Amino acid sequence: MDAGTLFEGMVAALVVAGAAFSLIGSLGLVRMRDFYTRLHGPSKATTIGIGSLLVASALYLSVRGPNLSLHEFMISLFIAITTPVASHLLAKAAKHRNVPGSEAWTPGDQERKR
Amino acid sequence: MLSAAIQVAYALLGLSIALAAYRLLRGPDVVDRVLALDTMYVNSAALLVLYGLELGRDHYYEAALVIAMLGFVTTVVLAKFLTRGDVIE
Repeated sequence: MDAGTLFEGMVAALVVAGAAFSLIGSLGLVRMRDFYTRLHGPSKATTIGIGSLLVASALYLSVRGPNLSLHEFMISLFIAITTPVASHLLAKAAKHRNVPGSEAWTPGDQERKR
Repeated sequence: MLSAAIQVAYALLGLSIALAAYRLLRGPDVVDRVLALDTMYVNSAALLVLYGLELGRDHYYEAALVIAMLGFVTTVVLAKFLTRGDVIE
């Protein structure tokens, strides 16, 4: 296996891992039981997902492109800073609206009935 | 190998946007819908990054950055509105 194939395999693994992380985040958004647990899925998994996609893209374009390409990390940094802020504000809004949390759980149900 | 991986990643990201759209339509509370919209914004930015990677050019990063910024501002404004009943007091 030569270096080019190894490099492409590395980038391919990062791309698939990033997309899989995003999918896991959305799966958590659909499957969790109440709003506060649902908040966990997208806020963490999509940060890692788009982060690893951007690392893959920066690697690929730096090696195959005309010059070093680092501006992908700007998006990465921006998402990493803003996602916790947005999640915190959403949790505050949910608290303010009295969205029920784990105290409304009953054994066996997948989703709270309202 | 890379082009196959990119096709797989398109499928996974599309499925994840579809799942977020299900939560956007289903609710049950309005904060769930806002969270689903935020997820869809981030995943759309990821799709644009992936498209740029497939083409091998970096023309799409500005668009992805703008989408990410708009998603953040939208989420913050909606959360503020739901908390205070007003955006700017």
